Amino acid sequence: MKNEGKKLIWKEYQKEIADNKYYYVRSCVRQNFFPGAETTFLRIMREVLEKDIYENPSHTTCTGIGYHSDIVPLDTAMTVVARQFAIMTESGYENLTPSCITSFGLYTEILDTWHHFPEVEQKIRGLLKKATGREFQIPKNLSHASDLIFKFRKEIAQKAKYTLINKNTGKPLKVVDHIGCHYAKMFPHKGVGGAEYPYVLAGMIEEWGGEVIDYPERRHCCGFGFRQYLVQANRGFSIACSQKKFESMAGYEPDMIITNCPGCPMFLDRWQYAISEMEGKVYGPDGKPIPVFTFEEVAGLVLGYDPWDIGLQVHQVNTEPLLDKIGITYDPEKKYNNKFGKSMGKPVIPESLCEAHGIL
Amino acid sequence: MKDFGYTINKDRQINFDRTDKWIYEYLKKHEPSFKLCIGCGTCTATCSSGNFTDFNLRRLFTLIHRGYKLDMKDEITKCMLCGKCIMVCPRGVNTRNIILKINEVIENRKRKK
Repeated sequence: MKNEGKKLIWKEYQKEIADNKYYYVRSCVRQNFFPGAETTFLRIMREVLEKDIYENPSHTTCTGIGYHSDIVPLDTAMTVVARQFAIMTESGYENLTPSCITSFGLYTEILDTWHHFPEVEQKIRGLLKKATGREFQIPKNLSHASDLIFKFRKEIAQKAKYTLINKNTGKPLKVVDHIGCHYAKMFPHKGVGGAEYPYVLAGMIEEWGGEVIDYPERRHCCGFGFRQYLVQANRGFSIACSQKKFESMAGYEPDMIITNCPGCPMFLDRWQYAISEMEGKVYGPDGKPIPVFTFEEVAGLVLGYDPWDIGLQVHQVNTEPLLDKIGITYDPEKKYNNKFGKSMGKPVIPESLCEAHGIL
Repeated sequence: MKDFGYTINKDRQINFDRTDKWIYEYLKKHEPSFKLCIGCGTCTATCSSGNFTDFNLRRLFTLIHRGYKLDMKDEITKCMLCGKCIMVCPRGVNTRNIILKINEVIENRKRKK
């Protein structure tokens, strides 16, 4: 299908995204592996877009990881999620914004279950009341954090300091967008663009000057998949998924990958290292690996935030080549400094990616 | 190579852009009845050789169609060329000649090398 056709079709898959007053719930994976991403998101929402976004330190995991790994039963997951709703209600908010795609999927699944089986909702209300004495209201609007950045992408573009354009060639950067499976594959009408034409990241990329790459395995899973990663012996399946995507996108010479799920950047980033160790292969142009970003990091970059404040130093694949392409200024000496300006110590740089980066 | 405790699983999807279909192309040209095969497996069911070895004509044809690399020479030497498979084939595929043509194309390639 031609790109023009796709643009017409995705317009049918729109979703309502609240304008203001969001209750934010963090992601277990994202806040551990890319801690700067969530901080950057909150900073953009509060300082740039001037929105009311609140997070309560009492909130816990949604249990999505345990649920999808067959460790946490559904009733337990629903009760924990009901507690999140209760804290949101107590905090005086009605619009829920999860950072995690799996949380978003789980909340959507539970709300849909309660819609079709009201007796289950009553049962869970009873369980929560018994366990914690809490009561809750169903969120009026459930939007993933990437939905909010998508909604305000034009405002961000207006205030942007940089664009996704190669400053050396003047051409748009070639960007791979990777949507988390639990965003729209389970409940297509809950995601911007549905499952077939998700536009949530593509919209940001186009608005900020980049060019979206439409490659054959664009909708393939990154390989996280919970069970296939948690058991070490199964990780061959996980890495094979990522490799399939890399091989499919390599021919299009992508400059960067953007994701909206916390697990996807983790695996697309780290597996590039593992594949380079196992097979000596990298997939980016010029014999380099492909830098992987979360959507919050990219929004922060175009707004001119310091790359080390965003947390780009925790990436396995060096992001500096891309920063150079965009023309973003950064101080290499401060890469591994903490927020007080003191050195955190440099990590051991793996040999194979070193070779790939041309650092011997 | 570092030992991570696992390796990259091989993809079971067939990528037709990468598979080498030289045997298939040769058979299509020199024994066109090959194209008539519907993979019913009657040939394999009646195969005398298959009764005593792991020779499987249906599997062999499928692999040729998909362009898989395997030791064809070893495979076809298991065939006794008795021709029972031709008698039972509902599509009239000249299976015996296909075995001979596979041998021919392998020998041709060897000579060229």
